[in-house]
Amino acid sequence: MEFIPNILFAIILILGIGYFTRNVRKLIRNIKLGKAVDTSDNKKERWKNMMRIALGQSKMVTRPIAGMLHVVVYIGFIIINIEVLEIIIDGLFGTHRIGLKVLPESVYGFLIGSFEILAVLVIVAVIAFWLRRNVIKLKRFLSAEMKGWPKNDGNIILYFEVVLMCLFLVMNATDTPFQDMGHGNVISQFIAPWFEGISETALHTIERTAWWLHIIGILVFLNYLYFSKHLHIILAFPNTYYGSVEPKGKFNNLEAVTNEVKLMMDPNADPFAAAPEGAEDEVPEKFGASDVMDLNQIQLLNAYTCTECGRCTSACPANLTGKKLSPRKIMMDTRDRLEEVGKNIDANKGEFKDDGKQLLGDYITHEELWACTTCNACVEECPVSINPLSIIVDMRRYLVMEQSAAPMELNNMMTNIENNGAPWPYNQMDRLNWVKEE
Amino acid sequence: MNEELKVPTMAEYMAEGKQPEILFWVGSAGSYDDRAKKITKAFVKILNKANVDFAVLGTEESNTGDLAKRAGNEFLFQMQAMMNIEVLNAYEIKRIVTCDPHSFNCIKNEYPSLGGNYDVVHHTQYIKELISSGRLTLEGKTYKGKRITFHDPCYLGRANNEYNAPRDVLKETNANLVEMKRHKSTALCCGAGGAQMFKEPEKGNMDINILRTQDALETKPDIIATGCPYCNTMMSDGVKFNEKEDSIKVLDVAELIANS
Repeated sequence: MEFIPNILFAIILILGIGYFTRNVRKLIRNIKLGKAVDTSDNKKERWKNMMRIALGQSKMVTRPIAGMLHVVVYIGFIIINIEVLEIIIDGLFGTHRIGLKVLPESVYGFLIGSFEILAVLVIVAVIAFWLRRNVIKLKRFLSAEMKGWPKNDGNIILYFEVVLMCLFLVMNATDTPFQDMGHGNVISQFIAPWFEGISETALHTIERTAWWLHIIGILVFLNYLYFSKHLHIILAFPNTYYGSVEPKGKFNNLEAVTNEVKLMMDPNADPFAAAPEGAEDEVPEKFGASDVMDLNQIQLLNAYTCTECGRCTSACPANLTGKKLSPRKIMMDTRDRLEEVGKNIDANKGEFKDDGKQLLGDYITHEELWACTTCNACVEECPVSINPLSIIVDMRRYLVMEQSAAPMELNNMMTNIENNGAPWPYNQMDRLNWVKEE
Repeated sequence: MNEELKVPTMAEYMAEGKQPEILFWVGSAGSYDDRAKKITKAFVKILNKANVDFAVLGTEESNTGDLAKRAGNEFLFQMQAMMNIEVLNAYEIKRIVTCDPHSFNCIKNEYPSLGGNYDVVHHTQYIKELISSGRLTLEGKTYKGKRITFHDPCYLGRANNEYNAPRDVLKETNANLVEMKRHKSTALCCGAGGAQMFKEPEKGNMDINILRTQDALETKPDIIATGCPYCNTMMSDGVKFNEKEDSIKVLDVAELIANS
């Protein structure tokens, strides 16, 4: 009988981690629906980017208030999670505060003491975040795409964090031997008096309950990630690694187009030549992107990484002047559609069945796509190297090259370039006239 | 600008069996747009003054294809790019200078994988080079003490991380440089990029250039400096919208240097 808690703990742990693993696999499968990209280049720079941007939070602090608050929660999250290691060992082997057995009292006390201080800082930061979202009403949290689930999602995460931190502090405050030890109870010593006068058994029950709820809470939180915008706590790392290492102005050149253009410009090309063996498979079905499968894996990873902070949208010139375009919405739409496609695949035994929908039109409108000035402000702003612009451009490519659906003025401009090498209807032969003009 | 401009073409250089130091890529705006032509001429004036051995492609130059690419027309972009690359490679061009950040970005970043590898510099970078090597000296009187605010073109700044060259060059005019609240990497676009220059904006509550001009006006400038022909048009329109065209001039860095 005495092993029941240990067995129960092991079962909960396996369920928690198992379900999470299952969803991570699904996530990877969904990302792999996109086109593969070669990212074997610039390894050193990529690692550096990950260390600097994700681990070092370098782009968070460009907005000092949100940035510093975020750093507190981030450090708290990472460091306090060392405690989870102890909880897991204790839970599995029926020990109590195994850390005390392997570490000197003073070191253990120092660790737990730091966790307690961080827990309080996290609570303060999270309250500030909540106020920013719900009371101060920052503009970027009020956009159209932030109604309903995205707003609730943001708040749920904050509540989770407060509850987890409180449980941690209560667990320490009601642990009589720990309090008697007098090391590391920097904060919990002030909470302990609230429980004075309670019987020792009741106190122990509260301590156990807080302990169990804390670890269960962490596992629930872990599994909540997949359904939430909060995946960035994991995906920020791969995303900053795979993020672009090229100048932001450099858009990729479509290779399929290069091949066709070369053929067109080659005077020796035989237009009636049969395609070489196997070439049929290499020809892409379409130019540009109209659905998530046409995007590449990095763009899809971007969509899962986005935590909907809205810095991109708050810097977007189109959005700032009241246009429909919001780079954050581009990322949210991409993820929503990708999830929809993933569920479709799950429901149809691993095969995607056409659902008559696509990213273009059903999620992202033409109006949004044409409002972009390609200024890269969104890309510059993103604290985790997401590139909404590349998705916009890929979708424009589909509109123009597959559907000839550019706005009329742009078609005129492009016809001019085609005919006379300038966006205006001027004669190519007049290109040097400016020298002679007064 | 009444002095005679010396603008040799690559064809002329070729006929003489010579190779210029740089190719000046004039670009479509610089060749045809009335306002941008003034910038082109100002830059040529600088090149002449510094005795730079340069040439233009003239009628052999064609649109870079940048506009088509941003609009999504990869076919047209690559056709333009490959035609231009054929010409540039035939002339064995090594170094290209342009006053248009869009051409600069496109030739520098997007031509290489299509076979066009050149050392491409923006005119503000080139002017900086001319000044620091002592080839170009300025009196620095014309704009002494004037308040100048520089609007970062997206395709020079964020796109290629060049924020300092235009500012360093402007310092040489002895003007009083003031920054807008959004500058360098946080600079707001003028609204022309991504082929927007050629279409009506989508429905909204304001035009982007009006918002950007507000940023500039807040600095109480005498002059708004630009480094891009499209930005120049957008900012000039914004100043006119505010009926300030008599008190505030919108000038390219090349024009400011040519007059200094």
